Amino acid sequence: MLLCTGLAACSGGSGKPTLNWYVNPDGVDTLKALASSCSTADYDIEIQLLPSGATDQRTQLARRLAAKDSSTDLMSLDPVFVAEFANAKWLERLPDDAASKATDDDVLAGAAETVTWDDGVYAFPQWANTQVLWYRKSLAAAGGLDMTQPVTWDQIIDAAADNGGTVGVQANKYEAYVVLINALIQGAGGDIISDNEAGKDAKIDIDSDAGRDAAAVIQKLASSKAAQPDLTTSNEGTSLGQMFGGAGEFMTNWTFVYKNYEGLVDSGDITADEFADLGWARYPATVEGEESKPPIGGIDIGVGAFSKHTDFALEAAACVTSSEAQVDLAVNEGLMPSRTSAYETPELAEAYPPDLLQLFSESVDSGGPRPKSSYYATISAAVQSVWHSPTSVDPDKTPEESAKFLRDVLDGKALL
Amino acid sequence: MTAVTAPPRSEGAAKPELSDRARAETRLGQRLVAPAIVLMLVVTAFPMIRALYLSLFSYSLTAPEDREFVGLSNYLTALTDSLFWRDTFVTVLYMLVTVSVELVIGFVFAMVMHRVVFARGVIRTSILIPYGIITVVSGFAWQFAFSFQNGFVNDWLPFLDTDFNWFGDTTPAVIAIMVSEIWKTTPFMSLLLLAGLAQVSEDMIEAAKVDGATWWQRLWKVILPNMRAAIMVAVLFRALDAYRIFDNIFVMTSGAVNTESISFLTYRQTIEQFQLGIGSALSVLLFLSVLVIAWLIVKLFKVDLAAARQEG
Repeated sequence: MLLCTGLAACSGGSGKPTLNWYVNPDGVDTLKALASSCSTADYDIEIQLLPSGATDQRTQLARRLAAKDSSTDLMSLDPVFVAEFANAKWLERLPDDAASKATDDDVLAGAAETVTWDDGVYAFPQWANTQVLWYRKSLAAAGGLDMTQPVTWDQIIDAAADNGGTVGVQANKYEAYVVLINALIQGAGGDIISDNEAGKDAKIDIDSDAGRDAAAVIQKLASSKAAQPDLTTSNEGTSLGQMFGGAGEFMTNWTFVYKNYEGLVDSGDITADEFADLGWARYPATVEGEESKPPIGGIDIGVGAFSKHTDFALEAAACVTSSEAQVDLAVNEGLMPSRTSAYETPELAEAYPPDLLQLFSESVDSGGPRPKSSYYATISAAVQSVWHSPTSVDPDKTPEESAKFLRDVLDGKALL
Repeated sequence: MTAVTAPPRSEGAAKPELSDRARAETRLGQRLVAPAIVLMLVVTAFPMIRALYLSLFSYSLTAPEDREFVGLSNYLTALTDSLFWRDTFVTVLYMLVTVSVELVIGFVFAMVMHRVVFARGVIRTSILIPYGIITVVSGFAWQFAFSFQNGFVNDWLPFLDTDFNWFGDTTPAVIAIMVSEIWKTTPFMSLLLLAGLAQVSEDMIEAAKVDGATWWQRLWKVILPNMRAAIMVAVLFRALDAYRIFDNIFVMTSGAVNTESISFLTYRQTIEQFQLGIGSALSVLLFLSVLVIAWLIVKLFKVDLAAARQEG
């Protein structure tokens, strides 16, 4: 009994069961409200916090699930973990009716894509993150760019370099750098791996024209005047400050940027005029004429395979990912919906400019996920290890080298 | 420091005849320790054997069905990989530098604690405080101290720019990690050395004084030789600890800029990559290298562990 005091799972055999929902610490206030509004006469939902880093979240969930923890009922999952966890049989495969509801026509294609693995559906998309191109309108005008048309990386790097501006990306040795590399490769019509379901025997495609096009963009940026001084250690936060200093910047970044700058106006850190100079456009194209593939992130809700209350958990997962729940998350926390219907509600229209909402939903709908694989963590780390630092990227060598290294690592012939 | 000392060996090779009573006592003793031995086997031998077994497989936790027997190929991969040897080199460097610095500073501290005549309790306690602090906390504290944004180290060192990034390159990052490690574990070293100092008989030191030995001569000819066993035990304990360095690296650099040790490499394979096969192989190799280091120190320095424990 003493052991049970700290654990919510010890509700005992009698009485109402408690479902534990492991969440990443984003928008916790709204998640708590969702947990209580989705609790029913049959069960209560209780929030359990995961660590803040993506790697730590994955590690903690994996440790529980590998030990067949029956108290992990619901979990918030980064999309790249879904395939890994599903393949390890740690996630309950959704029954047909739940599966068709979780991926119905209302769900944006990019988000629906993240919850499927091996012909099954393993989670409910909750909120969807995507990257767009944020820029200073004055900088784009000085560079002579028509931002109503798709722009390429080449164009924005040149426009920034020629007009005293910079280009902000995420290129530290971490997951978001793989997000960038993956988006560049997919934007050129390629991918990092294919035949993903073959696990470690997947086909490695990074050594291709698309891989070389992606490497060329990174090389061009790294050697350009437009590169920010901390390019090699840049993350989602480092380039935010460059937007309104000097000539400004072009920055590929997640959806939170809008609310972030809006908050700075309220606190007086930037002026309303400066904020009005903030523009947004679709993620830049890798090659001219080919549509870009904006990165997809967000959170999917999975049901633990060892849960004692699978039916309740499935019901609860559907409730916390409903359109209404998604509107709450978007309005209160700035976490964008994965359902079209949520984008069309008056609450969201009030919180965001209509063209930005349109851009977000279009980006999620046509975005490209990172490789789905049971070896995703290995693939991501192997790519990072060869492609970092961005200043050493060379289209003639890097894709070839990373393909070889990835093969060796997957075959267990090299250490990571 | 056992309460009962072993009976002195008889001169002859023949064992002394045991009385019935002695035999019965021995049997009782064996029965009494049996549960503890079984428990130890369960919690230490089982994981070790399991690691040995797992190290023969290619096995990812997220792809349990792909598990296959690969014999010794995980060991071959590890031992032929440049990353393994780079990390081994870095680990040995951590061990050599931290243990030598700690030995010198620790000895000074031990002398202070031994000789201090005023405020003895306060001084001894303040020297021991770092050892009472959790390594992770000490790692964070030193990470902040070395940080160029809000740390004090750059301001205190006049030859450095105030925006010098200690964690941007291998050498400064390794130095920062070593400083944290040394700060944290020197008190442990000085405690072990203090025990050794206490063993040195005051009579001998006084005799040397009477014979006209200088302070320096008394230190080198009387004190150090007489506490040799204690020094070697301290070096042995700390070297084995230092070879397994993990916490400070984890907190301060997460292994970036080539600062990772063998323990960290093992952690990454097993916990982050879920590669139980290669991870187990690395942990077996880590275990073997710790054994080798222990053996080297015991053999090379001729440490008599029994003597250090004042037995026999």
